[in-house]
Formats: sequence, C-alpha cells, structure tokens
Amino acid sequence: MTLLEAHGISAGYGAAEIIHDVSLRVGDAEVVTIIGPNGAGKSTLLKTIFGLLRPSRGRITFQGSDVTRASAPKMVAAGAALVPQTSNIFPSLNVRENLQLGGYRRRHGTAARLAEILRLFPDLEHRPAERAANLSGGQRQMLAIGRALMLDPVLLCLDEPTASLSPRMRGQIFERIRAINAQGVAILMVEQNAKEALRLSDRGYVLVAGRNALEQPGEQLLANPDVGRLFLGQETASA
Amino acid sequence: MVIVGIVSGSIIGLGAIGLTLSYGVLKFANFAHGDLMTLGMFLAFAVVVDAGLHGGAIGPLSFGWGMIPAALVAMAGVALVVLGLDWLVFRRLRARGGGFITMAVASLGIGIGLRAIVQLIWGPTAFRYQSGINEATTIFWDLKVKPDQFFIFGLTLLLVVVVYLLLYRTKLGKAMRATADNPDLAEVAGIETEQIRRWTWVIAGCLIAVAGIMLGIQAQLRFSAGFHLILPMFAAVILGGIGNPWGALVGGMVVGISQEVSTEWINTGLKPAVPFLILILMLLLRPRGLFGSTI
Repeated sequence: MTLLEAHGISAGYGAAEIIHDVSLRVGDAEVVTIIGPNGAGKSTLLKTIFGLLRPSRGRITFQGSDVTRASAPKMVAAGAALVPQTSNIFPSLNVRENLQLGGYRRRHGTAARLAEILRLFPDLEHRPAERAANLSGGQRQMLAIGRALMLDPVLLCLDEPTASLSPRMRGQIFERIRAINAQGVAILMVEQNAKEALRLSDRGYVLVAGRNALEQPGEQLLANPDVGRLFLGQETASA
Repeated sequence: MVIVGIVSGSIIGLGAIGLTLSYGVLKFANFAHGDLMTLGMFLAFAVVVDAGLHGGAIGPLSFGWGMIPAALVAMAGVALVVLGLDWLVFRRLRARGGGFITMAVASLGIGIGLRAIVQLIWGPTAFRYQSGINEATTIFWDLKVKPDQFFIFGLTLLLVVVVYLLLYRTKLGKAMRATADNPDLAEVAGIETEQIRRWTWVIAGCLIAVAGIMLGIQAQLRFSAGFHLILPMFAAVILGGIGNPWGALVGGMVVGISQEVSTEWINTGLKPAVPFLILILMLLLRPRGLFGSTI
C-alpha cells in the first residue's frame, strides 16, 4: 500500500526552480533511496516533501491525506520524521534533551521510548548528559536518527545519513537503518554512498538536473550501467 | 556605595532577565525593552493610584496588597502589547527574512513610539508611589537598606531561579532553547516555533512588567525611566552571556556596582558611561559573556 506519493513536484528557492515535475512513491515499510549527482535536487525534494519548501506545482499525499502545503510540524504529527543532512542536532542541548525534544509531541511514554532509543544506539546510552556539541560525527548522526524516531514515525526520511563518516561508522549507520526498517518503518533516503544504500533498498530513484531519470528496484539499479554515467552528470536518460 | 550599587544592579538584573530571554530565543536586540518596562510601570501605577486600589500595607514595604492585582494587570497588559507587536511587526519581518539589524531597528522605532504614547497619557511629570519616607533598616555596621530594596533583590533572585527552571526543567523551556539553537530543526522535530516565540514574548512581557513596577517603586515614575536603563541592561546581558538568566543577574550586579563605585574616581555625571565601557570591553575580550550563552 502507498504511504507517500509525490506527483509532478516542482520546487526551489525563490525564483530558482531546482526540481521539475518530479514524482516518487514510498510503500508501507519500504526502503526507497534517491541517488544522483551533486546538485540534482535530492535534498530539495526531501525538504519539499517534508514541508520545509513550498512546491510551486504538484501534489503530495501521505497516508492518503493531501500534505502538499503541510508544514514540517504537521508532517511530524502525521507520522513522518526527517533527519537533515547538516545541523541535525541541537548542539547546546545534551543527548537526553535532544531525544526528549524529538518526542515533543508525545503525550505519554516519552521516558520509555527514550530508553528504547538509547538501547538501539548503545554509543549514546552511556552519555545521556553529554552536550551534543561534544559528540563525534557518527554519534551525532545516531543522535539525529534517534531524535527522529522518538515519535514512532511510519516514515523516516534521511538526508545523506552517512556523509563524512568513516567506513566503519557508515556500516553501523546502515545496519541501524536496516534494524529500524525491520520494525516496519518505511525509509526514504537520499544517499551519496549509492552502492551500500541501494543494497538495502527495495527501490531507487535517480535524479539528474532536478528531473526523474530512472526508477528501478535497488538491485537492478546497482547493475544498471547507465547509473554510473548519470552520476557523472554527462547524460540524462528518460525514465 | 556598594549597597546602592547592588540595589541598582537588582533593577538592572531584573530587567535584563526578560531582555536576555527575548534576545536568546527571538534572536534580536529589543531596544523597546526599556520603554515596555515604563509601560508596565505606569499600568500598575494606574491600578494602584489612579484607580485607588492601594490595599492594606505589606509589612514595612512602601506598597500595599493592591500591588498584586496591579502587577497582574501590568503583566497581562505588557504581554498583550508585545504579542500585538509581534503579530503586527516582528512576525512579518521574520517571514520576510528580516535579520538582526532589521528587527533591532524596528524595535528602536517601537520604543520611541511607546515612549511618546506613555508621555501623551501620563505627561512629562514624575510621579511617586509614596510621598513619605521608606525607613531604612541597619543590616550590619552602618549599612542601611530599605525594606523595598531587600524585596527587589529577593524578587530578582527568585525570578532568576524561576526562569532557569523554566528553561531547563520544562518542556516549554527546552522547546525555547531548541528554537533558539536551530529553528528549522525545531520545526522538523515537530515544534511549532511560531507558538514558542509567542510564549517567549508572553513570558518576557511578564518579566518586563515586573521589572518596570520595581523600577517605579525604587525611583520616580517618569515616561523615560525605562529608556535610560536600556544600555545598562544590554551591558548586563552581554556581560552575563546572552540567554543566561544567572548571567543577567551577575551582569546587572557588576554594572550596578561599577556605576556606583566609579563615582569615587569620576564625576557623577559620567556614571552612565560606565555600562558603555563594560559593553565595549566585554565585546572585545569575551564576546560570549562571562558565563557563555545557555540558549
């Protein structure tokens, strides 16, 4: 069943349109990865879906409701969560406070959920009072994902979750993403480490110059010779 | 002289708590803060004196129980005014990407307007709550302190603790810190940041009104009373670290005491220059303040 559907989305910053007529779909408990060269509009698409940018055209539905003009807090209330690529933690707050803020809209069960999240990320479990600014890159990313999970979302959007991380830490993050998905959470991920991301994806989309270029199951995209060329931004294939 | 400095520092600190909160969360220097204090001061005065709600005496204090409903009216009045100003001016500037300077200049204009309105309603004359003498008590050696001054110092301490607990122990306070830290991420975490900003205005408005009332009790009620405190309050906020309630108190004390003690060596007329000097030195040597920003 379709959880999220974006149809014919165009959006950008001010007069500059970055994505043009882009469509995508995420099913229940599915892992979907968006890949593409730098400047392809992947993060812009994620921001637009999440209500941080207003689309100039197109329609977005989430769990059957029209959320085209919904704000980020409304998307959160509807069951979606986003981990931005940068500035994704509150640096002056400690680990526990960051997680508590992730559960800001929870009416009850915050403490129990916080304990579950800390168990999911053992690196954070022993430093709840640590100022988030003092964490390593990998720990910050885990905290950001943990924060996003505090409200038990049905869809987790991740913008380059392994950017600037060591290979070992990248592996750990992908392993956590797999574990989160195993609990029934759908994942929509923008990722530069395409090979690793596509390996755990049910489907993948390739964006080039702000347009849909390809949509295939993850394994097929991995084997697709066009993908390499598209990543270099030399050619735009039709979907 | 130090005692006078502590009393004057309490008033500066009290005003600086509200200022540091709005500066930290709303991210601009509100130059109307002093004039909003004046508004709170006169709103309470209108209830106690104009409406005649004196109430019975509270021990040795110069004001009576009537000050409690007066304070509630002043707090509600200032909170409504700042909410109205946010809706009318600041929210629109934020939506258009108005930065620190735009917002600060707008607040400067609002301050001038508010001062003119207060002068129009209550005139240029100075008023006092009490015509008699508020007898000072000897605390030790030859040091004498008025009961009102004790009260103001105690209230300042209490409000610092309350603001600290609000910021660190409540869900609203944490959301305020998150909004100050990274408003976009706060939105992504499901926090309605505009709502948090409105709450910040309401809390700051209440603190502003209380500071204004205490200023009126301690000194004369004059249309420009709050305006003259704006610079010492900014010096206190920057000295203590923006967004830090304890810093605002300590900053207020340092500014108040140095202003008074400086008259030992400099002409009394030059006293108002001391906060300028502190402000410049702090910005040059330790721009994050003595204790750093907490929000």
